Amino acid sequence: MDDSASLKQEKESQEAEDAERPGEEMTAASSQDPEPESSEPVESEHGPETGPQPGSSPPWSPQSRASAPSDGLPEPGAAPAPRSPQEPSSSPLLPPDKQDPAAPSQSDRITRVDPEAGTPHSGHLEQIPDKGESTYEIFQSERKAFGRSQQPKPHLYGQRDASYNNSKQKELRFDIFHEEDSNSNYTLEQPEPGISDTAPSMLEIAVQNAKAYLLKSSSKSGLNLYDHLSSMLTKILDERPENAVDIIENISRDVKMAYFSKKLDTLQSENEMLPIYEIAEKQKALFLQGNLEGADQELEDEIAENSLPNVMESAFYFEQAGVGLGTDETYRIFLGLKQLTDTHPFHRCRFWGKILGLEMNYIVAEVEFRDGEDEEEVEEEDVAEERDNGESEADEDEEDELPKSFYKAPQAVPKEESRTGANKYVYFVCNEPGRPWVKLPSVTPAQIVIARKIKKFFTGRLDAPIISYPPFPGNESNYLRAQIARISAGTHVSPLGFYQFVEEEGEEEEEVEGGRDSFEENPDFEGIQVTDLVESLSSWVHHVQHILPQGRCNWFNPKEKSEEEEEEEDEEKEEEEKGEEPDYIEQEVGPPLLTPISEDLEIQNTPPWTTRLSSNLIPQYAIAVLRSNLWPGAYTFSNGRKFENFYIGWGLKYSPDNYTPPVPPQVYQEYPSGPEITEMDDPSVEEEQAFRAAQEAVLAAERKEETEEEEDEDDDDD
Amino acid sequence: MDAESLLLSLELASGSGQGLSPDRRASLLTSLMLVKRDYRYDRVLFWGRILGLVADYYIAQGLSEDQLAPRKTLYSLNCMEWSLLPPATEEMMVQTSVVNGRFMGDPSHEYEHTEMQKMTEGDRVFEEEIVVQIKEETRLVSVIDQIDKAVAIIPRGALFKTPFGPIHVNRTFDGLSLSEAKKLSSYFHFKEAVELKDKTLLEKADLDPSLDFMDSLEHDIPKGSWSIQMERGHALVVLRSLLWPGLTFFHAPCTKNYGYIYVGTGEKNIDLPFML
Repeated sequence: MDDSASLKQEKESQEAEDAERPGEEMTAASSQDPEPESSEPVESEHGPETGPQPGSSPPWSPQSRASAPSDGLPEPGAAPAPRSPQEPSSSPLLPPDKQDPAAPSQSDRITRVDPEAGTPHSGHLEQIPDKGESTYEIFQSERKAFGRSQQPKPHLYGQRDASYNNSKQKELRFDIFHEEDSNSNYTLEQPEPGISDTAPSMLEIAVQNAKAYLLKSSSKSGLNLYDHLSSMLTKILDERPENAVDIIENISRDVKMAYFSKKLDTLQSENEMLPIYEIAEKQKALFLQGNLEGADQELEDEIAENSLPNVMESAFYFEQAGVGLGTDETYRIFLGLKQLTDTHPFHRCRFWGKILGLEMNYIVAEVEFRDGEDEEEVEEEDVAEERDNGESEADEDEEDELPKSFYKAPQAVPKEESRTGANKYVYFVCNEPGRPWVKLPSVTPAQIVIARKIKKFFTGRLDAPIISYPPFPGNESNYLRAQIARISAGTHVSPLGFYQFVEEEGEEEEEVEGGRDSFEENPDFEGIQVTDLVESLSSWVHHVQHILPQGRCNWFNPKEKSEEEEEEEDEEKEEEEKGEEPDYIEQEVGPPLLTPISEDLEIQNTPPWTTRLSSNLIPQYAIAVLRSNLWPGAYTFSNGRKFENFYIGWGLKYSPDNYTPPVPPQVYQEYPSGPEITEMDDPSVEEEQAFRAAQEAVLAAERKEETEEEEDEDDDDD
Repeated sequence: MDAESLLLSLELASGSGQGLSPDRRASLLTSLMLVKRDYRYDRVLFWGRILGLVADYYIAQGLSEDQLAPRKTLYSLNCMEWSLLPPATEEMMVQTSVVNGRFMGDPSHEYEHTEMQKMTEGDRVFEEEIVVQIKEETRLVSVIDQIDKAVAIIPRGALFKTPFGPIHVNRTFDGLSLSEAKKLSSYFHFKEAVELKDKTLLEKADLDPSLDFMDSLEHDIPKGSWSIQMERGHALVVLRSLLWPGLTFFHAPCTKNYGYIYVGTGEKNIDLPFML
């Protein structure tokens, strides 16, 4: 009896749950309504309210289950049952239309008063162990349906009988939302201290979370477990199969099948363009380009004058050294370089390295154009600069009256011609092999000077602004170029003797004392023992020019030009110039080309280079590996005859100390207080009188001496 | 990175240029197996390499069954003979914080540090110079510990907490999805949670206690101390720590391959705020 009754009760509640969705809207509408209604028949509400509190959660307490038959039996079956028979019973008391969701409770209330009112305590006590039951979650759904319709009463009941019904119990039984609902409905009538104010307990939150999780709809089917479970239970209870537990999987599947509906949407979804396919598409071009070229004779010619470096060979050696990018990436870069050399007239090309960035990385290729291929862009830039100068001069001419600003920006050091100094090579970068190569602009000394003072990460976007304290003239592409110039100048080294000076072309550069900035491969180079390379730093030499503090490789004398134009201003400018250049400009000299690296400066007890043999196990075939400590990430290998430089890293210089931002420039002193600034007091009366007397005396003296003609003049003066 | 899948991991991490030469690789594959057997570790990780001026330290870590239990750290100079490092203590941390500059590559090297210490003798207070000698081994221990605590990371879901407490490798983990892989919140610090306790209930509400028992990366200070990149056309996520430059974490989304390796000088980048 008890079992079947409880089953029926469950069923009934299940049905009520089925009606939940329509019910939700209705409760939303009706939740407002009970107020006027309940205020009207206060007595009628209050009388039965003591009863339904435990009844509000019938499936929880056996007691309420036991009581269920009294009202549950009459309508065990069809879905509309809970509503239709109860309406008449409630209609005498309340308007049938709006009271609809609350109706079942009304009937409950009436029938249940007798058993419940007698033993309210035991009813509550028994509810507690019930909560641990496995059916808890499911019952919650039922309670939800019931709670919606019945909330007002139990709540009020609870507030009244707080003496034995502590708030925690209640919270466990009722969702926060329900409490809030009921509160909003009834605070007007019952302004008792709000139960909803008390913090929800951990268990309550856990239940909420579990329920929310169950209600999450699947991204594939759009179902959620919560509904699925409730439909399953409905089905089981409807059909009453034997041994339901054994076939639960099938039931689950059947229920899911029942959900199956045709997809009416006939539009095909567009293929998603995943980035992974995009880059694959681009890289495909790299692998195909070889096939595209046809004629064999041309191919031979090309091979003869090909400027493509053997990236894989040097990658092999670098791998011995423990540096490198991995085989497949190296090969892609190799193909990327091939693409670059095929489309540009290069004399020489080299894989410079990789600079890491925050969002993307840079792969850098160092190239040398064939003669006369690279001039256009440079000229354009120059023109632009000249225009700027012209404008500023025009401004100066306009105003004559007031003193102009004496301050002149320290003379800009012109950048070096392409193919000389720091602009000897042109650099191309790309973010990933397969993406287009971008040519970096040539570097100006100002950029190098400032780049030395700042320390910034690269973002990976060439047009990103560089926001730094000494304002950096340019965007990230200029900064990248400046860092590349600095790294190249610092870390490109070769075994002693590999390069030699070109004697004839030495005269090309006029003012350099060292005289020689070009070199060629030494045809007589016989190779160096690897052990010598490892043991002695003096067998490595720099083959890239040192960058002077001025920012150029070749000395540019800013004084010479300034003498012609601004001799007068020089005196005033002296102080201002001190920041950049000393007053008397002494030529800055750095180590000349092909200086051994053993003469490099130490960084606070840290040797600037570390040499190593790639393998201690097989020294006879090992190669010498050189690692820069000044520019972490710069490596050089040499097997005696071949060598290669490579950089991979953040593009930043190492310093054992913290980076210190440069000090702010000196505050300009005000004009010293001197005779030009101070004024005399106003002339006093005595002084003026004395002056007049003196003048008259002079005039009188003149009159005596001069002829009559001059006397006329005196008259005029007066 | 796991010692078992060392070669694949090295290949994946190679985008940062941090590789190992073939002979090092081969010797690591051999010797880490022996380490695992001799020290009875559940799992051996190749932690990375600290570049010294004279020689490099190769570091490996042994994990016990509980993945978050204190890890044992070993170092080697030639990748074959491994020596166990003592656990790091607070005292070491304080002691070695005065040393800066590069590692030498010689564990017995002693850094000298002069300290001014106030001595009181009777009424007189005078300062005395004290030369403190700090062994490089101590510094190595403390640096590894600091790096581990600050930037060792693991994707969400790779470990799970068993009902009995210990934390195990999640065998059902099959990688982060593409959209998750781009978020910092999908990565955890590979250490006991510190910040988790301070979170509000609201923040905790969404956490899964069996997975979210470690601190996530997204609240790291300073913001922007990680660079997250999708490489090889989103087939590989690479996280690089900017606070400890040299630490690279890689993960191929939708696969089990993940790991981190540190190759660097063992110096913290305290200039980070200037550089962002």
